[in-house]
Amino acid sequence: MRYLFPWLLLLSSLQLFAADKDYALQPRQVAEGTYVLLGLKEHFDFHNGGNIVNTAFIVTRAGVVVIDTGPSRRYGEQLRAAIARITPQPIVQVYITHMHPDHFLGSQAFEEVPIAALDGTREGIRNLGEMFNDNMYRLVGSWMSGTRVVVPGRTAEPGVQAFGGHRLRLIALQGHTGADLVLLDETTGVLFAGDLAFHGRTPTTPHAELDAWQRSLDQLRGLDFQLLVPGHGEPVAGAVAIDQTADYLNWLESHLTEAAESGAAMAELLHPQAPSRVRELAVFAGEYPRSLSHLYPALEAAALARGRMEQGE
Amino acid sequence: MKRASLCCACLLLWMANNWAAETLVDPLDSVMWNEMHQRLLDGAPVVFDERVHVQVPHAAEDSMNLPLWVDASALGRVRRLMLFAELNPIPKVLEMEPLRAAPRIGVRIKVQQATPVRAAALTEDGVWHVGGALVDAAGGGCTAPSLGSGSADWAERLGEVNARLWRRQDYSRLRARVIHPMDTGLVAGIPAFYLETLEVRDAADTPITRLALYEPVAENPVLTLDLPVVNRISLQGRDNNGNPVAALVTQGVIAEGGGQ
Repeated sequence: MRYLFPWLLLLSSLQLFAADKDYALQPRQVAEGTYVLLGLKEHFDFHNGGNIVNTAFIVTRAGVVVIDTGPSRRYGEQLRAAIARITPQPIVQVYITHMHPDHFLGSQAFEEVPIAALDGTREGIRNLGEMFNDNMYRLVGSWMSGTRVVVPGRTAEPGVQAFGGHRLRLIALQGHTGADLVLLDETTGVLFAGDLAFHGRTPTTPHAELDAWQRSLDQLRGLDFQLLVPGHGEPVAGAVAIDQTADYLNWLESHLTEAAESGAAMAELLHPQAPSRVRELAVFAGEYPRSLSHLYPALEAAALARGRMEQGE
Repeated sequence: MKRASLCCACLLLWMANNWAAETLVDPLDSVMWNEMHQRLLDGAPVVFDERVHVQVPHAAEDSMNLPLWVDASALGRVRRLMLFAELNPIPKVLEMEPLRAAPRIGVRIKVQQATPVRAAALTEDGVWHVGGALVDAAGGGCTAPSLGSGSADWAERLGEVNARLWRRQDYSRLRARVIHPMDTGLVAGIPAFYLETLEVRDAADTPITRLALYEPVAENPVLTLDLPVVNRISLQGRDNNGNPVAALVTQGVIAEGGGQ
């Protein structure tokens, strides 16, 4: 008996440690058999463990389809456990929407399941996955322990895939990255837009091509859907998140183009005069300087190329 | 009595004003400061001075391209302006002799890890006024090879200049990009190879401002300088292998669809 107390102490501290690394994932039902795990509208940090992203799953008669696996092995495992609390159905398919680390680094928990992504995404993960993984360790710390890169083994082909009564339309778009997979569940009218659409959260641009992104948003507007699940931010009916993303990208591009044309140095632009609808997007103050770094060099090169000059003396 | 207290209040006010701007204690509390003070500033008199603005992002999104805007013009005349990143393997980034230009400059630099980034401005009285900011970085900026030297055409474009001159209210702004790999020599098998000097001269070939660049300046340096009002300038420089840089820049833009 006198030896029990230290053991209990140890046990409870282990539980505390485990609880410390609990993403507390709460699947929220948004449509028939359709669940979203809502990430925080924050940056990666040591507290949120990278849970800043939305993942989702659809429970069908033929098994469960998972859309994105989250930022870490631990997240992937906890996602899997959360699914098991909702349904005993097996997981039959995983889709990765694009190559960014918060969307695919949980894939280890689904390794025996077919994992599919667009070819550009598979190549991106193959080339940049390790770099993303290293960077995530730096950003969120021990939440990442044991995480390694799993390259999606299959190519997601655009077209309709049926899963036990759900007709899933796979659409290959681009602009947020070089390959952005969008899934439209034609049965429920839920559009999984990946990071082509942000809602209430500043869009990120590390691999963005703004013109292509705008064209993709136009295509999303033309789809027949009821509810849009963005990569970040609350699911929302109608085109709200599409319009908000397009509006932000428009502002970003015109603001930076004008600045380049007027001769601003990059670091002079760190604190922009942005309209309140832009400033009020979550993490704008952190995200905007990143976009400045991604997008300004090309815009500035174009502005400098118009200068009147001659090489040599 | 009244007069004494008034004087006292004035004195306090004056001291408070100066204390607010200048201090002898490193506001960034850097372990490398003393070393930098001895090595780069020869232990000369220094004050930490808020009037030397260093604008950088809190975190370097791209550690090969950290944007920096340094402005010491609140000090009045500045003889030399030096930029350094304390925890870089090569700390010294750039030195400017403003001469007739404003003591401010925009440039992008490489950082190896989270580091204090400083600007030191030497005023006529022989005192260095030091400003700075802390930057977080993922690292690798100095020990990663330049992207340019990995591509095939850099050698053909070496030293090529893109530049533009803007007329602003009471000064002219020059922005210039020079094609150069700016290799640090810290990558095995790639020797240090960087643009070393750059001078801006007016139409009479008189220097307007003079820069010395070092390895940590980012690849294909983009420099932003504020000059006295001028319509036409020349850029003259060379790298550490003796390759010249030379260009003439005239205010304005080339005609749309035509020009050169």
